Amino acid sequence: MNQLELANIDLAYGSALIVRKLSLSLAQGRIGCLLGPSGCGKTTVLRCIAGFERVAAGEIRLAGTLVSSHEHHLAPEKRRIGMVFQDYALFPHLTVGDNIGFGLRALAAGERQARVTELLRVVGLSEQGHKYPHELSGGQQQRVALARALAPRPSLLLLDEPFSNLDVELRERLSYEVRDIIKATGTTAVLVTHDQHEAFAVADEIGIMNEGRIQQWDSPYNLYHRPANRFVADFIGQGVLLPARVINDHQVNLELGTLNSVIPLECQVGCGNCSRHCPVEVLLRPDDIIHDDASPMKARVAKKAFRGADILYTLELASGTRVLSLVPSHHNHAIGELIGIRLDVDHVVTFHEDSNLAAHAQQHSHGLVGAS
Amino acid sequence: MIELIDTYWLFFLVGQYPNGPLGGLSLTLILASLGLVLALPLGLLLGIARVSPFAALRWPVTAVIFVVRGTPLLMVVFWAYFSLPVLTGHKTDQFTTMLVALVVFDAVYLAEIVRAGIKSLPAGQMECARSLGLSWLGAMRLVVLPQALRHMLPSLVNQFVSTIKETSLGYIIGLTEVSFIAAQINTQVFTMPMQVYLILGLTYFTLCFGLSRFAYWLDRRFNRGASIRVAA
Repeated sequence: MNQLELANIDLAYGSALIVRKLSLSLAQGRIGCLLGPSGCGKTTVLRCIAGFERVAAGEIRLAGTLVSSHEHHLAPEKRRIGMVFQDYALFPHLTVGDNIGFGLRALAAGERQARVTELLRVVGLSEQGHKYPHELSGGQQQRVALARALAPRPSLLLLDEPFSNLDVELRERLSYEVRDIIKATGTTAVLVTHDQHEAFAVADEIGIMNEGRIQQWDSPYNLYHRPANRFVADFIGQGVLLPARVINDHQVNLELGTLNSVIPLECQVGCGNCSRHCPVEVLLRPDDIIHDDASPMKARVAKKAFRGADILYTLELASGTRVLSLVPSHHNHAIGELIGIRLDVDHVVTFHEDSNLAAHAQQHSHGLVGAS
Repeated sequence: MIELIDTYWLFFLVGQYPNGPLGGLSLTLILASLGLVLALPLGLLLGIARVSPFAALRWPVTAVIFVVRGTPLLMVVFWAYFSLPVLTGHKTDQFTTMLVALVVFDAVYLAEIVRAGIKSLPAGQMECARSLGLSWLGAMRLVVLPQALRHMLPSLVNQFVSTIKETSLGYIIGLTEVSFIAAQINTQVFTMPMQVYLILGLTYFTLCFGLSRFAYWLDRRFNRGASIRVAA
């Protein structure tokens, strides 16, 4: 039995459908993440699970119990959910200890104090219990919010953009810390974020959301290497799409040579017979193109972005097509230089050729570069 | 002026008491205090009803608030004066009439202050308290109101000061509060209207100023150490 189960959820504000036929399930102890651009409906899904929004259709089940449907709505306070808010929502009139103990009012004073002490230790704030929230740093406040949500041993923990108020360095450190804390308590959790690095750091499985739908629910590895559609390919990581021809169901031919796929290629054209040079596009990640001085294949350095340990080169092929290549930092080449490259592709990802792609890719400068 | 005060100070303070009903400054103080004590809880209830998720509660309260707020206090006093005997079936004295009018009128204004104070808090406070197992009312009582009341204090004091001054409208229905007594003194002395009304004015000023200083002191005392709010 899954700890959390959403089946065909619809949610509308007025006539606008914010969430459409959304389904997901999460096993006990797993950390799931809804990842997507702002306005994709991910926070709304979280608020539905918490009981702050009513669903128009579909069902939400928590540990097997129906909590939300069109006819039925269990009040938020009866769902045994812990929530960490984007602004933490700490109670400013209560001390850190009283904040953490807030959800434990049913317990005897002694038990409550013991649990508060335990959680203060878990989040590394043992000496701070008597302070008021405004006396703590942003990162400490964040951990108080987490401890408060975990204190009543919730059946599900919800985190709404929990790191967005922190600076980049702290965000990265805390995201691993938060994952460890959640895992140590064995809590099932759902995280909502627009930042893929945060999602990768915290979650076991990630759902990429766009326009109220989940585009792909998968492991971080598969989202990067086996994106289900162009949106996912574009949203996760960097890369380019190069025009290619299918030779047979294990091989495609492109400007840089022939790629062999271990897994049979899925037909993207719908012809059902992929040996007739069907036009497709192949996804090439920056780590698929290796810098190799010995390689006969040459490309000109068009742009370079120094990133410390490595350099992200934008390379121009003979045809004028641009590709990205991630190269260790000590291979330092000037713009305009010709360098040798070769392909090293583990997972061949093909999409049906799309003439609109160039325009589409320019809107997402961090994502795909137009291949045409 | 000294002679004026010397002659009339007792009349100014208590009216005809003990030979007649209590009046003067004492009556004003009693009326204002009772008005505050009764209007505040009523205002709290109305204000909470105004933001409650229950439409059946929210709409009638909103209607009442709009009607009363769109009416001068004088009208409310007249309404109370003429309608209370009809509604209750027996004659209502001037003090009760004035008290009812004051409480209804001020509760409506206090309700709007309460509503604004509650709305000024981030929605996350209520939602967070509910996700931690509190009902709407419980969250209101333990999380929202303790913070909101602190924010509301300056506006509340403003309304209380207003209440003190509004008691002077009792004059219209013959309530022997301090303004009425001052007018009587003025009629008897006849030659010193400036002095009489200067003393009356100073009396109101002292009451109102004293109340706002007291509230300021209260604010400092309760908010010490916790006055800075978490950035939200």
